[in-house]
Amino acid sequence: MGESTTANFHHVRTMRKDSRLRRNWAKLRRNKAALFGGALLLIYLVTAVLAPVLFPGNPSAPNLAKSLERPSFDNPLGTDELGRSILGRIIYGSRVSLLIAVGVVSVGLLVGVPLGLISGYYGGKVDFGIQRVTDMMLAFPGFLLALALVAVLGVGLKNTVISIGISMVPIYIRLVRGCVLSVREEVYVEAARAVGTRDPGILMRHILPNVMVPITVQTSLGMGTAILFAAGLGFLGVGVQPPTPEWGAMLGSGRVYLFNSPHVATFPGVAIFLSVLSFNLLGDGLRDALDPRFKL
Amino acid sequence: MALLEVQNLKKYFPVKKGVLSRSVGEVRAVDGVSFSLEKGETLGVVGESGCGKTTVGRCILRLIEPTSGEVIFNGRNLLQLGGEELRRIRASLQIIFQDPFSSLDPRMTVGQIIAEPIKNHLNVSKAEVRDRVAYLMERVGLHPEQMGRYPHEFSGGQHQRIGIARALALNPLAIVCDEPVSALDVSIQAQVMNLLAEIQEEMNLSYIFIAHDLSVVEHISDRVAVMYLGRIVETATDRDLYENPQHPYTQALLSAIPIPDPEIRRQKIILKGDVPSPLEPPSGCSFHTRCPERKEICTKERPAFKDLGGGHRVACHLR
Repeated sequence: MGESTTANFHHVRTMRKDSRLRRNWAKLRRNKAALFGGALLLIYLVTAVLAPVLFPGNPSAPNLAKSLERPSFDNPLGTDELGRSILGRIIYGSRVSLLIAVGVVSVGLLVGVPLGLISGYYGGKVDFGIQRVTDMMLAFPGFLLALALVAVLGVGLKNTVISIGISMVPIYIRLVRGCVLSVREEVYVEAARAVGTRDPGILMRHILPNVMVPITVQTSLGMGTAILFAAGLGFLGVGVQPPTPEWGAMLGSGRVYLFNSPHVATFPGVAIFLSVLSFNLLGDGLRDALDPRFKL
Repeated sequence: MALLEVQNLKKYFPVKKGVLSRSVGEVRAVDGVSFSLEKGETLGVVGESGCGKTTVGRCILRLIEPTSGEVIFNGRNLLQLGGEELRRIRASLQIIFQDPFSSLDPRMTVGQIIAEPIKNHLNVSKAEVRDRVAYLMERVGLHPEQMGRYPHEFSGGQHQRIGIARALALNPLAIVCDEPVSALDVSIQAQVMNLLAEIQEEMNLSYIFIAHDLSVVEHISDRVAVMYLGRIVETATDRDLYENPQHPYTQALLSAIPIPDPEIRRQKIILKGDVPSPLEPPSGCSFHTRCPERKEICTKERPAFKDLGGGHRVACHLR
């Protein structure tokens, strides 16, 4: 075998990977709702990245002379009680909420997936222990758990991420465990054991790749939930603290002026709604596109 | 000394019920099976669905943990080995699965699947692994250029060839073939059987060939063991068993093989009823509920495994 054959193998491999990706992409593209979700998400991401370009000023600098102005040419979405541009704060707030979404899901994945893998694969006492702790955590409504954790850890961005992240861990544990329970009975897992693959290899190379689809879907949906939870904590004043522009906190402080200046609370609410919607639509679309049995 | 010696192998699956998972009985899937396998020999294991033949195959490799017994492979009792030793010895004792497609990880390329045993057991470079995989693919009749493809892009017969290549990767001494062709079309069956026979000749391999079809087993076996309800009821050399079956169950099985000559009329022995539940096996000879020659003693005493000479052994009171 010479150089050319090697190159040939490489070519075949990349081509195959491409075709699988393309098939899934084609399925996703035919799903209008998912496309809409994807488009929203793209706008959201671009906003977060380009925030300083889209809004050159300081979104947190107060200007009391302009307090509670209605939407105008200068301030398209009006100003809040401290005279700050609501558009600017929403734009910068997208950075905060994206940071929270990614942070929360990372905590959930990093803690939940390994525990779910171990729990499902080994079973027995380990599984029993992990599952009872999971039961306890799931007995609380997710938001309440996050709130309780914040009460213990304290307010602020970092603690918001940790609290909501931990409240999501049991969801990942359950999801992954359930999938592992079915995958570990597959003949190819038995075959791997027969050819001498050790447990870590079986978990990483055979089981994890075969449970990636539900994890991916849950990750997308989880980001939406994370934003919503963070907004809820912000609204109650125990999330990200002012003057950092955070959508939930903006909503919370705006509610006082709901009768005379409804724009103060409305626009952050719309931002929360659209960002959560984008993750949920995309998550649903991914679930359908990645499921080989589901042909659109 | 035999390459593989199985002594009184048993596998009972507990049946659990209720919230407290209390044990309410056990399924005697394998109930005292003994046999031996010489180097280069093929032992056919036949029997109906549910007679425990697949469990025997799995237990030999300890993919299922046997309840008791001995499996002596190459002088070592596999049932006493620790995890790492067992892992190493499995390099020379391999298995080919009944459902070739589900035994291949759908997220791995064929090259990765065949390379897995090599990477697990040998410390070799990437290029060497690739060369070995290419050689193996060629050996089992696949195109090495296809090593980057995924299992779902291949046909049923090709899936089984991939499974065979994986089993051969480490030059094993023995392979348990668990109904390797029963999921395949008849025309493909012959190709795969021939491939297995060729490889055996070339590598001096021993096979334990599990099947529910006596005609498939006849093609490849040196000796045949007939199983019924977790026990071996008759063993003999291939020739002897087909020409001179002793156990009534073996006779019934053989009479069911069609003869490709419409002129020959043969008395078919039709067995009545189903295989009894292994949860409550019948008393005495486990075959007595369906045996056309049943006598009083059969319902009471379990027959011994008698040697009729020339290695032909049978478990029946009447022989």
